[in-house]
Amino acid sequence: MQPFTQITGLVAPLNRVNVDTDQIIPKQFLKTIKRTGLREGLFFDWRRKKDGSPDPDFFLNQSRYESSTILLTRDNFGCGSSREHAPWALLDQGFRCVIAPSFADIFYNNCFQNGILPVVLKADEVLSVMKEVVGTEGYQLTVDLGNQTVTTPGGTAYRFDIDSFRNDCLYRGLDSIGLTLQHEAAITAYEQRRQQDAPWLFADVR
Amino acid sequence: MAGTTLFDKIWESHVVRAEPDGTTLLYIDRQLVHEVTSPQAFEGLKLAGRRPRRPAATLAVPDHNVPTTDRKLAITDPISAKQIQTLEENCRDFGITLFGMNDIRQGVVHIIGPEQGFTLPGTTIVCGDSHTSTHGAFGALAFGIGTSEVEHVLATQCLVQKRPMTMEIRVNGTLSDRCSAKDIILAIIGKIGTAGGTGYVIEYTGSAIRALSMEGRMTLCNMSIEGGARAGMVAPDDKTIAYIKGRPLAPKGDLFERAVQAWQQLKTDSNARYDATVTFRADDIAPQVSWGTSPGMVTGVDQKVPDPRMMSDEKTKNATERALEYMGLSPNMPITDIKIDKVFIGSCTNSRIEDLRLAASFAKGRKVAKTVHAMVVPGSGLVKQQAEAEGLDLVFREAGFEWREAGCSMCLAMNADVLQPGERCASTSNRNFEGRQGAGGRTHLVSPAMAVAAAVEGHFVDIRNWS
Repeated sequence: MQPFTQITGLVAPLNRVNVDTDQIIPKQFLKTIKRTGLREGLFFDWRRKKDGSPDPDFFLNQSRYESSTILLTRDNFGCGSSREHAPWALLDQGFRCVIAPSFADIFYNNCFQNGILPVVLKADEVLSVMKEVVGTEGYQLTVDLGNQTVTTPGGTAYRFDIDSFRNDCLYRGLDSIGLTLQHEAAITAYEQRRQQDAPWLFADVR
Repeated sequence: MAGTTLFDKIWESHVVRAEPDGTTLLYIDRQLVHEVTSPQAFEGLKLAGRRPRRPAATLAVPDHNVPTTDRKLAITDPISAKQIQTLEENCRDFGITLFGMNDIRQGVVHIIGPEQGFTLPGTTIVCGDSHTSTHGAFGALAFGIGTSEVEHVLATQCLVQKRPMTMEIRVNGTLSDRCSAKDIILAIIGKIGTAGGTGYVIEYTGSAIRALSMEGRMTLCNMSIEGGARAGMVAPDDKTIAYIKGRPLAPKGDLFERAVQAWQQLKTDSNARYDATVTFRADDIAPQVSWGTSPGMVTGVDQKVPDPRMMSDEKTKNATERALEYMGLSPNMPITDIKIDKVFIGSCTNSRIEDLRLAASFAKGRKVAKTVHAMVVPGSGLVKQQAEAEGLDLVFREAGFEWREAGCSMCLAMNADVLQPGERCASTSNRNFEGRQGAGGRTHLVSPAMAVAAAVEGHFVDIRNWS
């Protein structure tokens, strides 16, 4: 996994609440057996008008946001389906960071598995930055995971919280399965204990 | 000493180790796997040269892509076929039990876990699917995960987790005649909102919950995720134990007796505390109909479509305006005036035998309206078999419903069962997101009884006084 330390990048605004993962990537793109190449499906239905032509009002169709790496959005982003295709598609489009006042739990977890930093800022902070983004072409933010700050071009620094364990794994780009496997002895000891307490769980289901 | 909740008891009994910041390595007893969210997990194992730690703790089934028409015919969509074939190959290569497409036990992953006795009280259960919360109905801690975590559990039988908070949702009183678990959970989501449960595990308590059958509890827990909670649970009781007894994968003989003793301890102590409590009266819950594009946009069938002009909060107002435009509805329109084109009875929310019996009891002797296309998709091959043994398929067919093979079907329209743009569907599924049942399709979430009544009348009716 690609580590995340600090990025300075162009910000794309998605001013909607409760964006569900069905909107981030619709079902027809879930038939793939790969993690890559999902950019084409990102916000597929919102990118197009009813007649199938590109909707010029949608941010992904506007050249000013073309190379953005930070997505700024509203409450409860990523709700609904657990599909990890959602962060895969965001990553494939070039997004490394999503900023919102709140995230749905499963999506939030899935981001960390893919080198994407989900940042929770206060709702009024998001709205204030949203205004600046829309009003200023080429607007960039600096997101610093080490210092846990988001800094605006004007120098305002917003602080965000993140669990220290998650922070460390993302910062160093650690393989989380490899980390867990370091605790092999603890897992085996647990299984032996559990087999005593609940032997019915160790019957073979095949 | 302060007591502990049902959640606390299950969590504590699964801690392998904890980091200084409270991040926990949690043991996972069981994993369910389907074709959509697993290929990349198996690929990851292969690339890293890893093997599943306990293949016997995993059960796999294709459900999302499977056709619900004649199974003897090949899948027409080559990409869907490839995904199902990939699951078959992965299960063979890694020694995982698979209920294949032509196995009578095949069905929606959250139907077959309980049906087989794979879902047991006091366990931790995961699946790369958000509706894994369903299994909480048995007093299990069950939650949806992403594909990377599917791989993590296959390789280590553990997950790295942060301890969630606990929320009690207490529902006392008695449901009105013909109201169901679906109406309870939709009313709950309507009140707490789609993010109300974020960060929490919900325990449903109260006399109205105790009164629910296991099927009803599964419907309830299934939609916990629609309220933002990854998991919802109900403490096991005699109904739970009676449901499990004798199922193919359930413990037998002395082991069963021993398990029952342990399961009987699985309840929240009277002096335990939840981080939040919300209460409802079942008597106040009307049959529910969603009107918008999020499960929290729901109201009683005796109400009207809300008017965004009357809303002061900017977020709610904008979201409502957008939803009404998508749904093609006008503010203040009575819910019973909404005409429908399609009816879907199925999904992991409402496709168990009890749902089909209830739906059939309303369909019997009636006819689906000429303007409506209606289908019933059983949750599993065994549910279908049971329904046919009881003659329910004939009741549905005579009433004009299509009777299909088991699968996820039009809940998410990954197979050929899709809404056309602008079509309006009364659906017993769990999500009314934009395009969920097909691009441009409009979904109204309802109970099975409400779906049948809507199919017959061509519009929503209040099932409480439908003659």
